[in-house]
Amino acid sequence: MARAWKYGDNVDTDVIIPARYLVTGDPQQLGPHCLEALDPAFPAGHRPGDFIVGGENFGCGSSREHAPLAIKGAGVPCVIAASFARIFFRNAINIGLPVYESPEAAAGVGMGDEIAVEARAGIIVNRTRGEHYAIRPLPPFMQELLDAGGLMARLRRELAQERAAEGGKP
Amino acid sequence: MGMMGMTLAEKLLAAKLGRPVEAGDLVEVPVDLVMGNDITAPVAIREFEAAGATHVFDPERVALVASHFVPARDASSANQTSVMRRFALAHHIRHYYPEGSGGIEHTLLPERGIVVSGDIVVGADSHTCTYGALGAFATGVGSTDLAYAMATGRTWFKVPETLSFVYHGQPQPWVTGKDFILHTIHLIGDAGARYRSMEFSGSAIGQLSMEDRLTMSNMAIEAGGKVGLVTPDAATEAYERGRALRPPRFLAPDPDARYLDSIDIDVSRLEPQVAFPWLPSKTRPLSEVGDVPLDQVFIGSCTNGRLTDLRIAARLLQGRRVAPNLRLVVIPATQDVYLKAVQEGLVEVFVQAGAMVSAATCGPCLGGHTGVLGAGERCLSTSNRNYVGRMGDPTAEVYLASPAVAAASAVAGRITHPAAILGEEVA
Repeated sequence: MARAWKYGDNVDTDVIIPARYLVTGDPQQLGPHCLEALDPAFPAGHRPGDFIVGGENFGCGSSREHAPLAIKGAGVPCVIAASFARIFFRNAINIGLPVYESPEAAAGVGMGDEIAVEARAGIIVNRTRGEHYAIRPLPPFMQELLDAGGLMARLRRELAQERAAEGGKP
Repeated sequence: MGMMGMTLAEKLLAAKLGRPVEAGDLVEVPVDLVMGNDITAPVAIREFEAAGATHVFDPERVALVASHFVPARDASSANQTSVMRRFALAHHIRHYYPEGSGGIEHTLLPERGIVVSGDIVVGADSHTCTYGALGAFATGVGSTDLAYAMATGRTWFKVPETLSFVYHGQPQPWVTGKDFILHTIHLIGDAGARYRSMEFSGSAIGQLSMEDRLTMSNMAIEAGGKVGLVTPDAATEAYERGRALRPPRFLAPDPDARYLDSIDIDVSRLEPQVAFPWLPSKTRPLSEVGDVPLDQVFIGSCTNGRLTDLRIAARLLQGRRVAPNLRLVVIPATQDVYLKAVQEGLVEVFVQAGAMVSAATCGPCLGGHTGVLGAGERCLSTSNRNYVGRMGDPTAEVYLASPAVAAASAVAGRITHPAAILGEEVA
């Protein structure tokens, strides 16, 4: 059963992954340090599949893509928050880490609650408290980007089209 | 079509696209410049190569700057920097600044005229918003967005809504652009401009130096802002004359532009500001700071590591000594700033005062090296962020202020008004 690791507002990218670890882009190396500055119990005690639930402005601060990479590397399937900082949100979608905006979940979920995300139905289920929370849908453009495999998948397609067009020239 | 007036953010995107835009539109725009550094570029390069991209869209319009772990802090950071070097040389990147030739990108790019008014810029560093002070639509992105923009010369944006900040009045002595922006972040909060453009205007901005405007735009991200814009004026033109590598394009918001909100700030009532741990919004006027003894003072960073900042610090440190048991770290933001600081005798003043002066790097601002904090230590810093663990140990406390307050506090050993050090009456 997946548990929620619940934090407050303004969880910044420096506490998600401190700069001293930014000498690699490998999620497996970054993952063990995820959130260690905010909550040493997280790297020590979380299990793969557990969720991170934050308050307002989750992921504020630096543009480091290492932050969503570290979360991914820690085996966290998605992040739920009342709201996300702009660059973090964009980075997470770009690397295929689902991020769900849900002020209701941010208000209702407590540390250690057992929760499940039903993305297609657009709800988060809190089994501990017997509650459901609505997920705000992604802007259509970002949903399409995520469904298509992220920004690099789009780049690969565009480059392939470019090469095909060039190959067609006499 | 019925034309609504456009904000500066809308004008900049519209000019690039050749058609009107309005807040909320999703637009794909060509970029004038893309930028990465030694932390973010290696991740982007890996993505770029994995996607099968073989060349950058334009080697003249890519900037790669070694800034964060410079000179290399350890073997791993040296390896990261060499990934960037190999790529920069292979792709003939014109604006490649390896160790020793550049400095912190956000000071370097305006200083060398690599970014100019009217530009659309994406940089894989959150403080890319600094260039908004020139009237450029410049914003931070992650490494994947950098990889896409390097390959295609394009990016996508949601056209932001705009908050207008109008500053008027004559500031008291020792009140600077840093104090304007710290106070502004305090007013609206750390997410107060999330996803939005911040437009800075008014008579007090008109009187501000370009350096102080760059400091203000630099910290737009600290309120969650997408961009922090100043409309170019005579000061902008004078700053860019002789340095702009491409012709600048000066744009202004329409008089009937639509703002989400307009906030009036009378700077004549402002004191120097100090942000308390652990958020930039936790700002207090200096008179309400109380007794805060310090272990370290850091003067530098992309926020306040320019020559004008070092001159103010040197004026206060001239003939004085750093307080016993306090460390003062001074880091010019670029090698050009460093050289001029040597030539003007500022470095001598710093060393005589007991400061440590190092080559241009982001260094301790992000807890990288050259002045990282230990458990429970207290530092006053001229940088932009004071999050938990930002400068080292998670229990260390970081306070943010202007270079003048930093230099005065280094002498006093506690957070202190510059006027007190000079024996002036505190206004």
